[in-house]
Formats: sequence, C-alpha cells, structure tokens
Amino acid sequence: MIVRLMGEGQYEIDKKHLDAVNKIDNNIVKIVNNQDEKAVEAAFKSEYKKLIDHVRKNGKKIPDEIIKPSDIIIPPADLTLEEARKIFTGEGLIPE
Amino acid sequence: MGLIDRISTTVKAKINKILNKFEDPRETLDYSYEKQLELLQNVKRGVAEVTTAKKRLELQKIKLEQNVQKLDEQARGALKAGREDLARIALERKTTSQGEIDNLVKQIADIGKEQEKLVATEKSLSAKIETFRSTKETIKAQYSAAEAQVKITESVSGISEEMSDVGIAVQRAQDKTEDMKARASALDELVESGTLEDVTGGTKDDIDRELSKIKSKSEVDEQLESLKKEMGK
Repeated sequence: MIVRLMGEGQYEIDKKHLDAVNKIDNNIVKIVNNQDEKAVEAAFKSEYKKLIDHVRKNGKKIPDEIIKPSDIIIPPADLTLEEARKIFTGEGLIPE
Repeated sequence: MGLIDRISTTVKAKINKILNKFEDPRETLDYSYEKQLELLQNVKRGVAEVTTAKKRLELQKIKLEQNVQKLDEQARGALKAGREDLARIALERKTTSQGEIDNLVKQIADIGKEQEKLVATEKSLSAKIETFRSTKETIKAQYSAAEAQVKITESVSGISEEMSDVGIAVQRAQDKTEDMKARASALDELVESGTLEDVTGGTKDDIDRELSKIKSKSEVDEQLESLKKEMGK
C-alpha cells in the first residue's frame, strides 16, 4: 500500500500496519467531535502524532522521482484542530 | 468516515475532474505539465516570501537588542545621577523589549522550519516534474497502444495528487507568512521608538536629554567648586 503524508511525501507500507492506522483515525474522529476545547486540543495533537509516527516508522519512503497515486492520504503533520474540523465540515484543506 | 477517508476522497475527486477535462488524454498530459510548471513557480515565490519575512524578523530582533543595551546604559546613567524615576522608566521599557525579543526568537525558529519545508518541497516537486516530462514524451510516442491509456491515468493521478499536496503546503506557508508579517508590523513601532519615546508621549531621547541636563548641571557645579577653591574662598 502507498500512503501519502501530506507535506512530507509518500511511504510504502505493509497492509498489516494499516489496522493501527484505522484505529487511530477513528479515535481522532471521536476527539475532534468532542466539545471540550482544551481537552480536545491536547488529545488531538498526541493522537495525530501517533498516526504520523506509525507511518514513518513502519513505512519505507518512496523516492522523489517516482510518480504514483496513493491508496491513502493523510493530512499534514502539523495539522491544527481547526483545520481538522474544516475537513469534517466539508470545506476541506484543498483550495479549488 | 475518518479524517483520512475524507481527505483522500476530496483529493481523488479533484484528480478525476482533471482526468475528465479533455477527450484526448494526451491533452491531459500537456495541461497537467503546464500546471506543474506554474505550481513550481508558486513554490519558488513562496520560498522567497518566507525568506523575506524571516529576514525582517531577524532585523527587528537585532534592533531590539540594541535598544535593550541602550536602555540599560540609560538606566545606569540615570541612577548615577540620582534620578531613580528615569531609571525605572528605562528599565520598564527594557523589560518590554526583552519580552518581545523572546517572542521573536520563537517566531524566527517557526518561520525557519517553514522555509526548510518549502525548500524541500521545491526540490521534490522539481524531481517529479522532470520524471513526468520524460514519461509524458514516452507515453505520447506510443499513444495508440491501450496500455498508454493506463499509464496516462496513473501518472496524471500521481502527479495531480502531488500537486494538490504541494498546493496546500504553499497555501499554508503563505498564511503563516502573512501572520508573521502582521506581527512584525505591530512590532515596528516598538522597534523604531527604541529607547524612551512614545510611552511618555515625549520626544525621542527624553531620557538622554534629562541626563545631559543633569550632567551639564553637575559639570557647572564642579567648575563652580574648583573656581571657588582656586580663589581660596
């Protein structure tokens, strides 16, 4: 599987590592939808870091000269909670 | 639906739009290549903007450091002359400037990271564009074959995804740079006013002026004293 860490590049990662990715991803959804601002910010940051670190640790970086579409795209490592919420409200990060 | 699904879906929808734009897939290749060159220009502009913003913050830091030093000297001078009130004002301003310097150090580090990221993005995008260019020519030469179609979809999808990614990176860097610029402008007044002015509504070197008055007064006193001695009075 090819995973893109936005702002960083693509990684080749074995399918067996993807369960963990999905699990963290689901946790993040729960966190972002929570209303308690302060708790959310901290929890989001730590959970999101886990997600990115997992891909970096278990994946193999794909060289710059290779052009391939990814199976999974993960938003930038320094994503803010505000930006994460935008993704959920459908505004997205991607400018038209 | 998770964060990852949402972002992946959005990016893919965008790519499909590009793929469906032309009837002849070869046009898609040319169009995409043109867009890549535009984007690379944008990234280069982004790097230049971030670099300028960083330089400006660094200059402000240097000026503030000079102010701190001068205010410190002024405080000493004032105290020597027995003007504790003036010394206090100078020290207050010194503290404010010192606080701003600490903020600037952090901001300069932040923007430095942004600069590094953009430079890396520029490098990797250039490499990808070069690969795309040669692939494009190969594909065009063999277009009649059905496999060329598959290759076109794959390379255009791949490069479009990269372009979405880079586009966002540039956008975010520009937003951050705007923020920095706004903060730098807000600091300008403090930096330029430097030592004692504005806060008391006085003129530029009101402390210096006060001090020189005291100095000249004490010099006059001294001369007066020695004159008195000379004349044996």
